[in-house]
Amino acid sequence: MSARSIRLISLLLLALALVAPYVGLYPVFVMKLLCFALFACAFNLLLGFTGLLSFGHAAFFGGAAYVTGWFIKAQGWTPELGVLAGVVGAALLGLIFGGVAIRRQGIYFAMVTLALAQMVFFLCLQAPFTGGEDGLQGVPRGSLLGLLPLGSDIVMYYVVLAVFVAAYLGIQRIVTSPFGQVLKMIRENEPRAISLGYEVDRYKLMAFVLSAALSGLAGSLKTVVMGFSTLSDVHWSMSGEVILMSLLGGVGTFFGPVLGAGVVIALQNMLADKVGAWVTVIIGAIFVVCVLAFRKGMVGELVGWLDHRRTRKATAGQGGATQAAHEARASEAQADITA
Amino acid sequence: MEIFGIPHQAFLGQLMLGLVNGAFYAILSLGLAVIFGLLDIVNFAHGALYMLGAFAAWIALDSFGINYWLALIVAPLAVGVVGVLIERLLLKRLYGLDPLYGLLLTFGLSLIFEGVFRERFGVSGQSYPVPELLSGATNLGFMILPNYRAWVVLASLVVCLGTWFIIERTRLGAYLRAGTENARLVQAFGVNVPLMVMLTYGAGAALAAFAGVLAAPIVQVTPLMGSNLIIVVFAVVVIGGMGSILGSVITGLGLGVIEGLTRVFYPEASNVVVFVIMAIVLMLRPAGLFGKEA
Repeated sequence: MSARSIRLISLLLLALALVAPYVGLYPVFVMKLLCFALFACAFNLLLGFTGLLSFGHAAFFGGAAYVTGWFIKAQGWTPELGVLAGVVGAALLGLIFGGVAIRRQGIYFAMVTLALAQMVFFLCLQAPFTGGEDGLQGVPRGSLLGLLPLGSDIVMYYVVLAVFVAAYLGIQRIVTSPFGQVLKMIRENEPRAISLGYEVDRYKLMAFVLSAALSGLAGSLKTVVMGFSTLSDVHWSMSGEVILMSLLGGVGTFFGPVLGAGVVIALQNMLADKVGAWVTVIIGAIFVVCVLAFRKGMVGELVGWLDHRRTRKATAGQGGATQAAHEARASEAQADITA
Repeated sequence: MEIFGIPHQAFLGQLMLGLVNGAFYAILSLGLAVIFGLLDIVNFAHGALYMLGAFAAWIALDSFGINYWLALIVAPLAVGVVGVLIERLLLKRLYGLDPLYGLLLTFGLSLIFEGVFRERFGVSGQSYPVPELLSGATNLGFMILPNYRAWVVLASLVVCLGTWFIIERTRLGAYLRAGTENARLVQAFGVNVPLMVMLTYGAGAALAAFAGVLAAPIVQVTPLMGSNLIIVVFAVVVIGGMGSILGSVITGLGLGVIEGLTRVFYPEASNVVVFVIMAIVLMLRPAGLFGKEA
């Protein structure tokens, strides 16, 4: 997909987002969507661009949510300081998690992050200041920098949108920078990166901390918007949800996580009152279907299809035979012993 | 008599409970290790299969009047069939891909199973009666031993040792271990590797279900019983390393005991002590206590 078309789509989406409250979309819903889209983008930074699957990102999201909620409610901080505290907390947590988890790779890495996040869950369950099962309720929105009251949903919406756009551009900048290229190299061929002299573990840790901090930003924003933080923010099912958003949207793409978050949140919203526990089943089924047949996600499949069409049109003159032969060889290479 | 300031009955009682939990950790981490060894898949659905086993026993009793002893055989068989179906229809398509996809697929499966059962049975637990032969307790003098819990530990040890024996000392086990190292070569020798893989997953599922039946009279049979347990079992597996069978068993039992002791002396930490140990082991010995890979 060319840079120009990406820019065009970004501008279109931004325009839509700017007018959203005035075209009938409920601001709180879109804000929630933006928070989770940011969460998914932050997660995608780690999975899509560095190749590390973390099953414990709920710890950063929910942890920051609790930190922000406590600082705003119990300490009376202004929202931007509360969010900052949440981000710093999430980054520190990311540093600790990363330091422990990066010692293993692949599957083990995922299991370690899951276990560490579960530890955070139990700590949040038992710590006195989190309110246990009830969570932190009634977190006031306050006034941004003490000047701009955030009580109005419309004002809050534009603030959240601004933060989201800034963070999104930040992630783009990270990914397209030399640092981001090293991350992609680590994803593609880690032994090669090591042999070229890169301190792979340091890069992975940096990516992990960045991803954790941005997830924390999403969680903190969510707390300010919704006014509460609960245990479901740190539960492992939240980790699973963000994985689903990335997977569904397209791991390693730019819009994918945003789209995936949109679909999942919208689905949950629509189905929540109607089907009760079936939401879990549906999410599980989407997981299964995605892994089996839809691994590139919505954006990935779309880009692949567009590329395929372009290649087909280009080779149509040279005869489809070469293309067909190439495809046949590619599918043969995928055959495995258990066929 | 007091041990470390706790009356010795309480101490030994908690030790017993810790052993029981450890027995469950051992069986489940054993199943995970066996499946991971041959299929290279981390079976997130293991907790759901454990839950299925418990529910199978409960449904068997409630709707068909099948008693506990028969359920010990019927439930693992039924869940084993479910496992075989899962492998044949779903997991087979993931071989050759990044093993993380297997984790995600089984995660999705666990959500499906839990959701369906939660919809049907709700979240409050169903109770399953302790079989009469094993009810009550025996007074050993220095402690009161609950009969059923002693049976659980014994049965688990027998099953674990049996599995170890099959894998390490029989021809079938040799094929399995060879298949783990080089599946193509083993298949070239004429061994039906796909069949072996399918049955291995089924056996792993049956092991989990067996643990579920054992657990049914002790814990509440709820759709959520698997998911919280599976995360601790993952930590157990990381601590023990998935290299050896006996390693998984020893680690599982050991961690269960440690958890039980923590509950006596510092109850607030009992939920997280396994994870803390995992973090420590990762810092000192990243491959796990019995692990083989670097």
